[in-house]
Amino acid sequence: MELTRKLEILADAAKYDASCASSGAARKDSRDGKGIGSTGGMGICHSYTPDGRCVSLLKVLLTNACLYDCHYCINRRSSNVQRARFTPEEVVQLTLDFYKRNYIEGLFLSSGIVRSADFTMEQVIEVARQLREVHHFRGYIHLKTIPEASQALIDKAGRYADRISINIELPSQKSLDRLAPEKNLTNTMQAMHGIRQRIDENVDAKKAARQIVNRPRAKAPAFATGQSTQMIVGADDSTDALVLHRADELYRDCRLRRVYYSGFSPIPEPSVLLPIKPPPLVREHRLYQADWLLRFYGFDVGELLPKEDPNLDLDLDPKLAWALRNRAVFPVDINRASQELLWRIPGLGTVNVARILAARRWASLTLADLQRMRVNLKKVMPFIIAADHRPHIAQLENANLRQQFLPGPRQLELNFNAPPPTTPADATMVLSGQL
Amino acid sequence: MTTTAQIQPTFEAWRSKARELLKHGVAPENVDWVDASQTASLLAEVPAKYQIAPNASVKVPAEFLRLAANVCAHTDQRRFAILYRLLHRLALGGEKHLLAMPSDRDMHQCTMWAKAVSRDIHKMHAFVRFRLVGVNEQNGREQFVAWFEPEYRITRLASPFFEKRFASMEWSILTPDECASWDGNKLTFMPGMSRHDAPAADAHDDLWRTYYRSIFNPARLKVQAMQSEMPMKYWKNLPEAEIIHDLIASSDQRVRAMIATPERPVKPAPNNAYLNSLRNKPEKLTSPAPASPVSSP
Repeated sequence: MELTRKLEILADAAKYDASCASSGAARKDSRDGKGIGSTGGMGICHSYTPDGRCVSLLKVLLTNACLYDCHYCINRRSSNVQRARFTPEEVVQLTLDFYKRNYIEGLFLSSGIVRSADFTMEQVIEVARQLREVHHFRGYIHLKTIPEASQALIDKAGRYADRISINIELPSQKSLDRLAPEKNLTNTMQAMHGIRQRIDENVDAKKAARQIVNRPRAKAPAFATGQSTQMIVGADDSTDALVLHRADELYRDCRLRRVYYSGFSPIPEPSVLLPIKPPPLVREHRLYQADWLLRFYGFDVGELLPKEDPNLDLDLDPKLAWALRNRAVFPVDINRASQELLWRIPGLGTVNVARILAARRWASLTLADLQRMRVNLKKVMPFIIAADHRPHIAQLENANLRQQFLPGPRQLELNFNAPPPTTPADATMVLSGQL
Repeated sequence: MTTTAQIQPTFEAWRSKARELLKHGVAPENVDWVDASQTASLLAEVPAKYQIAPNASVKVPAEFLRLAANVCAHTDQRRFAILYRLLHRLALGGEKHLLAMPSDRDMHQCTMWAKAVSRDIHKMHAFVRFRLVGVNEQNGREQFVAWFEPEYRITRLASPFFEKRFASMEWSILTPDECASWDGNKLTFMPGMSRHDAPAADAHDDLWRTYYRSIFNPARLKVQAMQSEMPMKYWKNLPEAEIIHDLIASSDQRVRAMIATPERPVKPAPNNAYLNSLRNKPEKLTSPAPASPVSSP
């Protein structure tokens, strides 16, 4: 099979992995003239595809042949998709060629599981080894890891990669048993704990290396600086509360850098076990917003998702939804309130909160000041007190406040002479019998 | 009395002129900043007659210099004047806290300019596409040339990134304003060139387009999200942009085909030792949820 065809198949097979981050790697470059590449600081998106996703890494599978039968996945053994396999050398060459032309930040390599977890892992590691040791590649490498692989192999992968990840896929074993029968939540969590331990050890080793006064400095062994995972949303009946509690647990216990949420979308090889109707894409978006609130705004899952309502409001962002449920907290005085309270104001992000904290030391802030900081005034005004603004309490207590923030109703048109063209959504409706 | 400050439109030129003016305590409203590259020599510079003796050294926070470097790379005519006013207020006007005042008018304006410039730099790091033109016969280094059209005058600010990353290649980045060139040892800058001086394509562009086409998921079309991050003004120099329209146009058809595909039945597991070992593992986590899924604190 020629290389172009392999690339077609094996990139197509990899596109359901949402992660494409290239940030957070240790600082390295190639100014010694030996190899090629650099990492550190912000990640770079070298292109964007019309699905709005960033193209940062060459994201491919080593092979899309797979023993597992995960029903949301196009590469499962029950699928009739055409199979292909790269040799390690082909991936290495492709990565270097793309990198030198500044198409990419590096490589994201994953693989279908062939023969056994360890065998597959060894193949994946071999690509990273060649890149790092033979070609002195200093670009970004993200390796997908198989939880059932031996600890020694996972350690080895971590030494070559900037980031390693294991996909948890679904938030409970019950869902896994139905849709991904070979996957085991305990194994996955154990492997993530193992990786966390290595990352922590490495951070400590780096600190120790910095503290040594005598030169030459001891060099800490390289290890990936972070791990991430992905959960598929909408393929099973898990609630947002279940998804976010699982994510929160991973952030706390395994110190994950990122949990990616991937809204299940139709695949070319549909399974009998899966819903035809995909979840609305906005659910994925709301989960990301809630995820941010957990990590950077001091919220916890119980606040965002009260017991009686375990799913996020699709019409409003989760912070606004929280504020509307907790109106007694507002209005908040932007010239006096603590950082934690400012973070809770709908429409204020962490960056603007930091600006407000810096600026209010010198002047009492007005709405015009906020406008110059590009704050969305319409959104924050009901919730804040500024030097020249105090909302009417009646407005805050008004039962219609929620209405103000909803997207305006769309005028539907009835035109029998020229009906609008049907969309893929209509096609799913017909097939699933759902209106 | 008004003085004319005619300078080349670079940060270095602005800085040395601003330093000189500031030392003499010249008020911002008395300076006319003129871009020497725009006006040629239509206006001869009126030598300033300073009334106050030069002051001692001028000290500003490093953060201001970083801001100023970016602002100077912008193309707005007012940038030098507003930047000087900011400097004057900061150094002589007793407003040392200005940098912490994003709500101040001058700070706001300069921050906006600096932000636009830094976004342009980031996009240049992302969207430059090198084309292989040859190999240096003496040392075997591959030689690459790229053509890029930044919105602002950022070649100098954006180049160190490429130096760090591609130190073992020889490369040139050509832009209409200024070109950067790395010979493996030294970064040099030359006057701007034209698009025709750069090669139009690379043998790998096709393979790159193949990748771009295959990584796109037609079931999640979000054209606006793409365009907000990759504005159309950059498309003309991106090899992959030629196929964007086709990808969008055909996505609907592809999704219909997916939906119309008959569902695949489940195939039985093959007799594989590894799969069998997975099935025989007893310790599966049976509790479906994390420790306390619905308890609120």
